Amino acid sequence: MTDALIKLFYLLAAVLFIFGLKRLSSPATARSGNWLASLGMLIAIVVTLVFQEILGWREIFIGMAVGSLVGGIFARTVKMTGMPQMVALLNGFGGGASALVASAEYFNYLQAGEGIPLNFGVAIQLSVLIGTLTFTGSLIAFGKLQELVTGKAVTYPLQKTLNGIILIGTIGLAVWLMVEPNNPMALYGVLVGAALLGVTSVIPIGGADMPVVISLLNSYSGIAAAMTGFVINNEGLIISGALVGASGLILTNIMCRAMNRSLANVLFGAFGATVAEIGGPDGAVGDLTVRSLTHEDAATMLAYARQVVFTPGYGLAVAQAQHEVRELADMLQERGVQVKYAIHPVAGRMPGHMNVLLAEADVPYDQLYDMDQINPEFPQTDVSVVIGANDVVNPVARHDKSSPLYGMPILDVDKAAHCIVLKRSMRPGFAGVDNELFYQEKTSMLFGDAKDSFKKLIEEVQQL
Amino acid sequence: MIEELVVLFVIFVLAIFVGFEVITKVPPTLHTPLMSGSNAISGITIIGALIVAGQGETQVAKYLGMVAVAFAMINVVGGFMVTDRMLRMFKRKPEEQK
Repeated sequence: MTDALIKLFYLLAAVLFIFGLKRLSSPATARSGNWLASLGMLIAIVVTLVFQEILGWREIFIGMAVGSLVGGIFARTVKMTGMPQMVALLNGFGGGASALVASAEYFNYLQAGEGIPLNFGVAIQLSVLIGTLTFTGSLIAFGKLQELVTGKAVTYPLQKTLNGIILIGTIGLAVWLMVEPNNPMALYGVLVGAALLGVTSVIPIGGADMPVVISLLNSYSGIAAAMTGFVINNEGLIISGALVGASGLILTNIMCRAMNRSLANVLFGAFGATVAEIGGPDGAVGDLTVRSLTHEDAATMLAYARQVVFTPGYGLAVAQAQHEVRELADMLQERGVQVKYAIHPVAGRMPGHMNVLLAEADVPYDQLYDMDQINPEFPQTDVSVVIGANDVVNPVARHDKSSPLYGMPILDVDKAAHCIVLKRSMRPGFAGVDNELFYQEKTSMLFGDAKDSFKKLIEEVQQL
Repeated sequence: MIEELVVLFVIFVLAIFVGFEVITKVPPTLHTPLMSGSNAISGITIIGALIVAGQGETQVAKYLGMVAVAFAMINVVGGFMVTDRMLRMFKRKPEEQK
């Protein structure tokens, strides 16, 4: 009876999660959706504490106190520019928790000495493997985003072969453990192998491919939770884990499509291992010339335009210039200029990164446009302003079949009457490809830190 | 035993379809809150953590469970709070401009 009741409560929690996610389909209802989902979680936790036969309160109390404190501090103090790191860490903790639960269950079975039924054995292995891989992989992703580890793709000879050997070895150990369940050494082996695999599989992936990696790790953390659900025979975990797994997969797919690359290419292609230096800050390559303009000219151009489209990229996050951008946009709007923002799906370091940054600066979300919505608008735009974006606006993607960027959908900033590019130097973007846009006649470069440039632009517009 | 597993597997597969249906409708603007929010939901593994920590059939399981509770709680509390912080920032254009 109690068992049935508990299961119904878990089902209620899962239903609340689904309603919560459904409400994320519009920014207007999203916040209440998040509250519904947290209510679901609260119900699940309380029901577990009340109805499951909990004996050892000390461990639970310590774990919950420490976890809540750390999680709360993270959530309150993280800067919006640091959100990709935060999500990477959260993915890691989720995966880690699932792996730990599965390991603990293994030791419980071992202690009971009745052997481990095959189906639970499989689930335990999968949960430990995916969870541990998610944990260490996320830590590396975090390190890369926080720049504790180099953001470039790290490659070494025989990398793929070695990864393959580790993968096969780990799976071999997992299978061995199912045949010989009473040997904990095999479990330790699986743990070590999965941990290694997490590190070696994320380390060759470069910084700008992080949106894909984070989405994929997000999916893994969900699948690990679902596997744990198989281990402890709990439908609530299975449903919720599957939801998260699906969510991460969808995002992974969107990110890959936005780069016109397959998942395999992102994961194993070691894209961006070398970044060539092409020309100095005002240097030119060959017979190509670059025009730069003064802040005064740029301000005049913007102030007398009918429509201005801002196109932010990772450089905006690095320069933390989102508030200055908004301030300038406000001034332009007061002068009757139509201001829009063009957001490429892979701009920044995680899905939706730019949207969150601009939302933090109080940019209304109805001014943010997706690639498909904004591209038809560029021909009617007087000035497009590119802020620290590079590969996602490179016209080479449209016509140069030899370029690694070929075929990637881009924002058509070059179709506006004028294009102003804010950039620190002529360094190419992540793909290591020189950007044609910079040499076009309609393009003017505004060199320097984006935040400083915007401050100067604001001053200049004020004087007009 | 196998029947039980199959039932769970059916639930798993159907839930993935529900996930695809619901999440396809989330606009790109909300992709970051979607990730942090779904992250918090994957903290549901806390149920398992509480059970192994609380029922504590072995010392090892107890301590592993305790760490798992802490990890999952970071996920849950951090995930939901940071999602709320982000979603609070998403605002519409003030009406007088229309």
